[in-house]
Amino acid sequence: MDWTFIASHVWDYVGGAWVTLRFGLYGVLCSLALGMLCCLARYFRVPVFRQLAVGYIELARNTPLLVQLFFLYAGLPRVGIKFSAEACAVIGLTFLGGAYMAEAFRSGLEAVDKAQVEAGACIGLTRRQNIRYVIFPQALATAVPALFANVIFLIKETSVFSVLAMMDLMNVADTLRTSGGRTVEVLFMLVMAYLIILLPVSVIATMVERRLRYAGFGDQHSV
Amino acid sequence: MQDLGISILFKGINFQRLMGGLWVTLRLALITIGLSCLFGLLFGMLMLSKRKIAKVFCRMWLEIVRFMPQLVLLYIVYFGFARLFGWDLDGETSAVIVFTFWGTAEMGDLIRGALTSIPLHQTESAAALGLTKGQVYLYVLIPQTLRRLLPQAINLSTRIIKTTALVKMINVTEVLKVGQQIIGQFYRQPDAAFWVYFVIFLLYFLVCWPFSLLAKQLEKRWA
Amino acid sequence: MADTILRVNDIHKSFDGTGVLRGVSLEIREGEVVVIVGPSGCGKSTLLRCINGLEAIDKGEIWLRNEKISGRTKDLHLVRQKIGMVFQSYDLFPHMKVMDNLLLGPTKALGKPKQEVEQEAMQMLERVGLKEKAHVYPRTLSGGQKQRVALVRAMLMHPEIMLLDEITAALDPEMVSEVLNVVIDLARGGMTMAIVTHEMRFAEAVADRVLFLEEGVVLEEGTPEKFFHAPTTERARRFLQSFTYASKRDKAEVQPKNNFGD
Repeated sequence: MDWTFIASHVWDYVGGAWVTLRFGLYGVLCSLALGMLCCLARYFRVPVFRQLAVGYIELARNTPLLVQLFFLYAGLPRVGIKFSAEACAVIGLTFLGGAYMAEAFRSGLEAVDKAQVEAGACIGLTRRQNIRYVIFPQALATAVPALFANVIFLIKETSVFSVLAMMDLMNVADTLRTSGGRTVEVLFMLVMAYLIILLPVSVIATMVERRLRYAGFGDQHSV
Repeated sequence: MQDLGISILFKGINFQRLMGGLWVTLRLALITIGLSCLFGLLFGMLMLSKRKIAKVFCRMWLEIVRFMPQLVLLYIVYFGFARLFGWDLDGETSAVIVFTFWGTAEMGDLIRGALTSIPLHQTESAAALGLTKGQVYLYVLIPQTLRRLLPQAINLSTRIIKTTALVKMINVTEVLKVGQQIIGQFYRQPDAAFWVYFVIFLLYFLVCWPFSLLAKQLEKRWA
Repeated sequence: MADTILRVNDIHKSFDGTGVLRGVSLEIREGEVVVIVGPSGCGKSTLLRCINGLEAIDKGEIWLRNEKISGRTKDLHLVRQKIGMVFQSYDLFPHMKVMDNLLLGPTKALGKPKQEVEQEAMQMLERVGLKEKAHVYPRTLSGGQKQRVALVRAMLMHPEIMLLDEITAALDPEMVSEVLNVVIDLARGGMTMAIVTHEMRFAEAVADRVLFLEEGVVLEEGTPEKFFHAPTTERARRFLQSFTYASKRDKAEVQPKNNFGD
C-alpha cells in the first residue's frame, strides 16, 4: 500500500464524497417528500392522483436507476427536454427513491391496528385529529427502519452518477485509477470513503429505532 | 417530414440486437439468482448456528454487502483482483461473483428471518402430536417458511435483475451498450436516443413488473 | 321518571347477507345500567358498535336524547363525544404516556384547557388506584391497569352514556374484579351504561335491567333477579345453565350404578 499516494489524494476523495453526500441528501429529501405525497394520495383516495401514484410507484420500482438516468440525461434532450447533470441526478434519485419511500410509509400506515383508529374515533376525535394524533405518529414509528434502509440504499445508488459526468466518489476513483494505475490504493480509499459516509447513517438509524422501541412502540399488540 | 425515431428500432435486426443485449444481463441475473438461493440456504443455516465465529462471519459479510455499493464491489473484483491476485476476470465472471456474493447474504438473511419467524410453539405442538422430527419439518416448518420466504425472495430477484444493469460500467456489452451502438449508427435521426432509451426503460419494466405483481399476490394470499 | 337517554328503535344490521341484528329495540333511561348478555355471535357487540356509529345500520333509528344519531355520515365525532366506549382490547395509544392518553380527547376533541383536564384526570386516576402510573407508557401496565386507564379515558369526556364491550374478556382472572369494581363504582355514581359481558355474577350485581339477545333479537328482558333466577324462555335457561358444570363426583356415583345394575 502506497501511503504517500493515499495522502496526496485524500482531498480528491473529500471532494467526491461531498458530491455524493450532497446530491444523495437532496435526493433523499425530495424522495421523502414525493413518497409522502404519493402515500397521502393513496391513503385519502384522491381521485386521479391516487392512480397516478400507483402507476408511478410500479414504474420506478421496476426499472434500474442506471436506465432511468440514461433516459433522463441522454434521451429526453433529444425531444427538447434538457436538464443539467446535477438536475438529472436529483430527479433520477427522487424518481427511484420516492417510490420506495411511499411503500415504506404505506406499510407503516397499514401496520396501524384498526382498533386504534376506532379508539381514536370513540373519544370523539375528528378524522383529521385522529390521523394527526393517533394514526400518523404510530405509522411513522413503524416506518422508520424501512425509511432508514431506503436512505442507505439511495446513497449507495448515487454511485452511478458518474455516467452523468459528475465527480462523485465513484468517478473520482475511476479517474485516478485510469490515470495513475494504483488500483489497489484507489479502491481502498473508495471503500473507506463509503464506509465513512454510511456508518454514521446506520448508527443514527439504530439509535432512533431504539428510542422508539423504548418509548413503547415495540409492543403494539394488546396495548 | 422525418420518420419518428422509434422506426429505427424496427429497421434491420435492431430490435433483435436490443433483446440480445437484454438477455446478457438477464442471463447473468438468472445465474446469480440460482447461485444465491443455493448458497443463501447455507448462509442462512450458518447464521442460525450456535457458533459465535460463524455468526460474526455472517454478520460481517452481510454488513459489507449492505454498506458497499454494488458498483464498488464490481470495481474491486473486476479491476482490483487483477492487481491483487493477478486474476484477469472478464466482466461477466466478475458480475456473477459480485452479485452472488451480495445475493447470497441477502437471501441467507431472508431465509434466516423466515425460519426464525415461526413461533416455537408450532414446533412444540407438532412434536406433541407425536410427529417425528422429519415430519415436523415436512408438514409444519417448511410450508410455513416457504410462505413467508417466497414473496421476499421474488422481490430480491427483481432487485438482482435491476442491479445487473450495472455491468454496463465494467465494459460488458449489454442492452444500454447495444442501444448506444444503434444510436451511433443513426446519428442523423435526432430523436433516436429518446426512443432507444425509452424502449430499454420499458423492456426492464416489462421484465421486472410481473415478478413484483407475483410477489404482491403471494404476499396477499399468504398473509 | 328519569329522561330517556338512548332509544334504539327496531334496528337491523347484516354483514354479507347474514342478519346479525334483526329488529332490536331498546331504551335506556338516565342513570340506568343495562346489561346485555347472550351467546357469542348473538349480536351484542354489533349492537354497541352500531350505537356509536362504528357500524352503519341498515334499518331502524337510534336516538340520543332528542337527537337522531343513526344514518348520519357527517360530524359523527360530535355524537361520539357524548358516548364513551371501552373495548375488550383496551386500545390505549401506545405512543403516548397514560396522562397524554387521557388528555387527548378532552383537549383536542372538546377543546378544554389542558390544566383543568389534567387535574381532573389525576383525581380520577387516584380513584381507580393508578395515580402513580400517570407518566408511564401503557406497555408497562398490566391488563387490568390498562383497562382501568381506558375507563378513565372514556369517562373524562363526560359522556351521556358509556358502552362497555366485554371489557374483561382479555384479562387474567385475578384482574377481572379490579376492573369491574371500577364499573360498579361508576354505576353508583349514576353513570348511564350499556354493558356487554360474560361475567354473570357481575351482571347480576350491576344491572338494573338485563337484556338477553339471541340471533339478533331480544328474547327476554327483565330485572336481574327475574332473569337470573326465573328466566321465562327455554333458551335463556339453557344459556344460563352453560355457566354451571356437572360435578365429577355426581357422575362417579351414577357410573357404578349402571355397571352393577341389573
